[in-house]
Amino acid sequence: MRTRRVAVVGAGMTKFVRRALETADELSWQASKMALDSCGLTLDDIDCVAVGSAPDAFDGVHMKNEYLSPGSGAWMKPHIRCYVGGGTGVMTPIHGWYHVASGLFDTCLVVCEEKMSSCQPHPQGAFLTIFDHTLERPLGPNLLWIFAMEMNAYMHRYGLTKRDLAQVVVKNRANAKYHPCALLGGDITVEEVLESEAMAWPVQRLDVSPISDGAVAVVLAAEHVAHRVTDKPVWIEGVGWSLETAYWTNRDLSYPLQVEQAARMAYSMAGITEPRKQIHIAEPYDPFDYKELHHLEGLMLADKGKAPEMTALGITRRDGDLPVCPSGGLLGVGNPIAAAGLMKVAELFWQLRGEAGERQVPGNPKRGVAQAWGDLMQVGTVIVMGIA
Amino acid sequence: MVERVAIVGVGWYGFRPITPELSYKEIMYEAAVRAYNDAGINPRTDVDSFITVAEDFNEGTSIFDEYTPDQMGAVLRPNETIPGEGLHGLATAYMQIKTGLFDVVVVEAHSKASNIMHPAHIVAYAMDPIYNRPLKVHPSFVAGLEMQRYLFESGATLEQCAQVVVKNRANALLNPLAAHGADLTLNDVLDSEPVAEPLTRLMIAPPADGCIVFVLAAEHVARSLSGTPVWIEGLGWANGSYSLENRDWVDLDYVRLAAEMAYRTAGIRNPRGTLDFVEVDDSYAYKELQHLEALGLCRPGEAGALTEEGATSLDGELPVNPSGGSLGCGHLLDASGLARALECVLQLRGEAGPRQLEDVTFGAALGWRGVPTTAAAMVILSNED
Repeated sequence: MRTRRVAVVGAGMTKFVRRALETADELSWQASKMALDSCGLTLDDIDCVAVGSAPDAFDGVHMKNEYLSPGSGAWMKPHIRCYVGGGTGVMTPIHGWYHVASGLFDTCLVVCEEKMSSCQPHPQGAFLTIFDHTLERPLGPNLLWIFAMEMNAYMHRYGLTKRDLAQVVVKNRANAKYHPCALLGGDITVEEVLESEAMAWPVQRLDVSPISDGAVAVVLAAEHVAHRVTDKPVWIEGVGWSLETAYWTNRDLSYPLQVEQAARMAYSMAGITEPRKQIHIAEPYDPFDYKELHHLEGLMLADKGKAPEMTALGITRRDGDLPVCPSGGLLGVGNPIAAAGLMKVAELFWQLRGEAGERQVPGNPKRGVAQAWGDLMQVGTVIVMGIA
Repeated sequence: MVERVAIVGVGWYGFRPITPELSYKEIMYEAAVRAYNDAGINPRTDVDSFITVAEDFNEGTSIFDEYTPDQMGAVLRPNETIPGEGLHGLATAYMQIKTGLFDVVVVEAHSKASNIMHPAHIVAYAMDPIYNRPLKVHPSFVAGLEMQRYLFESGATLEQCAQVVVKNRANALLNPLAAHGADLTLNDVLDSEPVAEPLTRLMIAPPADGCIVFVLAAEHVARSLSGTPVWIEGLGWANGSYSLENRDWVDLDYVRLAAEMAYRTAGIRNPRGTLDFVEVDDSYAYKELQHLEALGLCRPGEAGALTEEGATSLDGELPVNPSGGSLGCGHLLDASGLARALECVLQLRGEAGPRQLEDVTFGAALGWRGVPTTAAAMVILSNED
């Protein structure tokens, strides 16, 4: 049985900012409106809505998708939210994909929103409740601690230095200079990263992406609709997702096996046998600098432990052989959790259509991969998009 | 797109008013093992995708999906969480199989309601944080308002609402899964403690703990397994207006839309003549009546009288909630809709024991996400090959 082809035909996003004055629902509306306008559709043309947002604890809103439903255009429409922690931003377009690929719907509006600033004094507070209530919560761990362990494991395994990792921040912030929605675009040096405040060693302040508010939306359409709507549909060629055990203390943290599993699923669907040759642009999840490197390896775009070397050689620069995070990534554009993942999908859409303006990757890229990751260093979500 | 989707395995744990000796992980494990055995599959090799239905605030854990894979046998496999009604999870599994790329998908939903000290406080967080929450509206008050309006518009009486409770809790006495079976009289219900005029205590479904797991399969796999497949004939779901001030308090437009989609996908033109029985949300007694009307199974204002005449009882013309519904089984939070669908599966397989209905071919389940939402999902099942 041949699976229905599904394309991204429109995208829109709000600025990623430290504190949005808009409510979460208003941010969703702005992104949805921009996405619909970008392809000349209205809500009347939309058959169903897929919403993504990470922990309800940020906004303190229970059943958050019900709250986001008016702004996401879900009034009088079928509407389901999906949720895999930090992986949500790439899972939600996958969720939209099977809405359309199933044959039940011809169009789907995919909306991801995050408003972290409502969580006072700091969103890390919300993360205190993600740990196992019996085994871990009594220890009072937070996200920075466990990521520090993972970063340490990665550095130790391959003999990497903090300097090796810090170049990712420099690259991504520089890329973000050309993103109109970016929060932290600019030129910084490796030294500045290395001298920034220590959070939980080896994590320093500039190794981490910023807390942000924002929303992103994309419009998906079945093949026959996509051709009517646009001359340049960007096809969803492969999707994959995978979830590791919750017992993260029992795992080897130096390699993201769940990302590899998800990538294998997506590559096999897309018919990709040699990812390094067949993928021209990558948007791996980069909430911390080492994560971009970790994920390049999980996506099998770099040998294990070799992603830092690729970065040092300039291969992952926007004009390199394999541009990585040309958007500026989470480190440069910002990290409103679910919205940040969908931002990467929107970036592939713009890049593959040649509409990325000043940050356009040279050489007419034909195929890209976007990936997100989250939970207790546990989930991998991967989407392959192309214009072939 | 021609391949049908079947429910090939079901498993459950509970339902019980409290479960002090088991954690949510353990009740998930119990239900999952039962479902895998029922379907005759090995989760580690035979399942393409796992879906759990859960809301963080009900679980008391943020990013709850972290804690789903281990006890489901789903480690390093595709897993995702749907924060929605249990039937939204079923719809998700159905769509995945319909892409043609997934053959077997597992859906799980559970309730550990007994862990929640103040359920109304949790629901309060679902109210619009700017416009509604400052009013400190109690969820039962919203239901009371809606019930008042329903009685006014439909002409249904308090006695007819009480009859729903008497019927469902009596049905539950015949259901070994049910947590709240009871032999009540109309006066027991009407004279119970007032909660939010005109709602009384016994008109509200009491909570229960439990877990339900379904195994879904594409037709070619379903036929290769040994059990009796129950086919998903149609599905529908929809949202209405979120805000309390803008919604239509009379017309359940979201239920109507969900039903229209379900009937359309099932190719059913005459639901009343096709469906042999239904399991509908009855979180509050009046909801059963309201839902029957919104599903087009009777005319507006007719459901109360039908209930009074016994048309919706076990031996009636259209049995409604033969399981005992949420009033009799206990309200299972996000798993409530799957509990309704579970009864449909058991009835269509002929495994419903003393409450088994005769000659049933088509059944339907309707789930509602509860106050303050306007989100409903419906599934139509049959045992017809």
